[in-house]
Amino acid sequence: MAYSDKVLDHYTNPRNVGALDKNSAEVGTGLVGAPECGDVMKLQIKVNPTTNIIEDAKFKTFGCGSAIASSSLATEWVKGKTVDEALGIKNTDIVKELSLPPVKIHCSVLAEDAIRAAIGDWKKKNGATQNQAQPAPVEQRA
Amino acid sequence: MSTNVIPGNANKDVKLPIYMDNHATTRPDPRMIEEMMPYFGEKFGNAASRNHEFGWVAEQAVEEARERIAKLIGASTKEIIFTSGATESDNLAIKGVAEMYKEKGNHIITQAIEHKAVLDTCKRLEKYGFRVTYLPVQKDGRIDLDDLKRAMDEKTILVTIMAANNEIGVLQPIREIGALCHERGVLFHTDAVQQIGKVPFNVIQDNVHLASITGHKIYGPKGVGALYVRRKSPRVQLVAQIDGGGHERGMRSGTLNVPGIVGLGKACEIANHEMAEESKKIAALRDRLKDAIMGQLDEVYINGSMEHRLPNNLNISFAYVEGESLLMGINDIAVSSGSACTSATLEPSYVLKALGAGDDLAHSSIRFGLGRFNTEAEVDYVARRVVDTVKRLRELSPLYEMAKEGIDLTKVQWAAEPTH
Repeated sequence: MAYSDKVLDHYTNPRNVGALDKNSAEVGTGLVGAPECGDVMKLQIKVNPTTNIIEDAKFKTFGCGSAIASSSLATEWVKGKTVDEALGIKNTDIVKELSLPPVKIHCSVLAEDAIRAAIGDWKKKNGATQNQAQPAPVEQRA
Repeated sequence: MSTNVIPGNANKDVKLPIYMDNHATTRPDPRMIEEMMPYFGEKFGNAASRNHEFGWVAEQAVEEARERIAKLIGASTKEIIFTSGATESDNLAIKGVAEMYKEKGNHIITQAIEHKAVLDTCKRLEKYGFRVTYLPVQKDGRIDLDDLKRAMDEKTILVTIMAANNEIGVLQPIREIGALCHERGVLFHTDAVQQIGKVPFNVIQDNVHLASITGHKIYGPKGVGALYVRRKSPRVQLVAQIDGGGHERGMRSGTLNVPGIVGLGKACEIANHEMAEESKKIAALRDRLKDAIMGQLDEVYINGSMEHRLPNNLNISFAYVEGESLLMGINDIAVSSGSACTSATLEPSYVLKALGAGDDLAHSSIRFGLGRFNTEAEVDYVARRVVDTVKRLRELSPLYEMAKEGIDLTKVQWAAEPTH
């Protein structure tokens, strides 16, 4: 299969690889996919508590080149957006930007899911409850 | 890549891309090509033309090829039926036996990690009322002979079990299987395409009644193969699956592919002379690759038995790294992956799943198939590229991070529904 230049670029030079402190109240973590399906994405966002702007984003992905590229792109796109703006990112936007073929659309769906999961985690932490009592994000995503 | 010569090891250079996918196909041997050439040109006759020089020349070439093939596998020339390749040979053997012996019984035994040419042929026969047993394999990729014994009943007419697997290179105990079949009066077919030319294969010593052979796995041409059909003790009969002019003693009609057959014959002759030395050399290269990779990376797992294995096969799972992304990182090296992302079906390798490796390790597998033309410098280059890429992708892998934190990945409640 031939990859688009943008997929190759993100695969070769992935943006924002790494981890943020998952226990911080400002950080939301999304972990989606499953190893037996061949794709797992972890996407983290760090949100400014006063402006609700996503100031930093990190990812790690187990998956094919298109999955790595989709999550790398997702971190680029969420940065600088407010949480609500970031929720507006659609998998179809990712498909278009990376020119993903039909068999790779699930990679973009997973990236959208990862954004939603990270924001959901952050909202949960910053909702009614205290942030210290939260379990690790892994177990939250049951 | 702007240049295609990259320093390999010390002062030896390697030419890119490197071909290490010899279970898929092999590079035609130049000696073989040379011998085929006249039969594309001036020696164009139809081997079935009995009354002129053109036909005689073609027929003589075909008969010489038949002798070379027979010699490699310990058969007689009348037992070699030319086909278009192993898929056709498998179809002819299985369907041909099923149709011929259906009054005697309707039960066929095969196993889980056969090639699709065998599995799908068996599935079709199930639709026509045949009963098929698919034996499981053990963790090492081999069948349990006791399972085979238990599966046999008075209706069993055929056992079809491959000699060597195309993904993991594991050798089945065909000699023992053949002996058991012989004793029970059941026919034994083996798809031997991966073993022939790499590990000695003899239809008498290995108690084989039918064997599929193909040209392009042994540095011969594509589109040509053969089926060995035993003529005595027992005399195997087949119902032809292609009707027509009655070529190949009525078992396979169709004008013979003379250049292809000449090439297949030459490939067999080369194998016959060089297999012993070559397999030693290739096994040493394979072991060099294995040692280099395993010496530099933790959590890599070999799929299938190392003891009962083709000398040219290495199938490894790299935990926490997905196979297609690994292939993408080593795109100047031609290998294969068992990852779902590299298959049209989005299913990971059914062969690795049958070993009980777990889908996650099936997704992380790479198959290296070494061959006649690989060099030590290429092996060193491949090992280095694989090690570097696995390390890089593990830095990118949330699973590696979690495992390093001490999280048991099997206990995690994953968010995705396992829909496939």
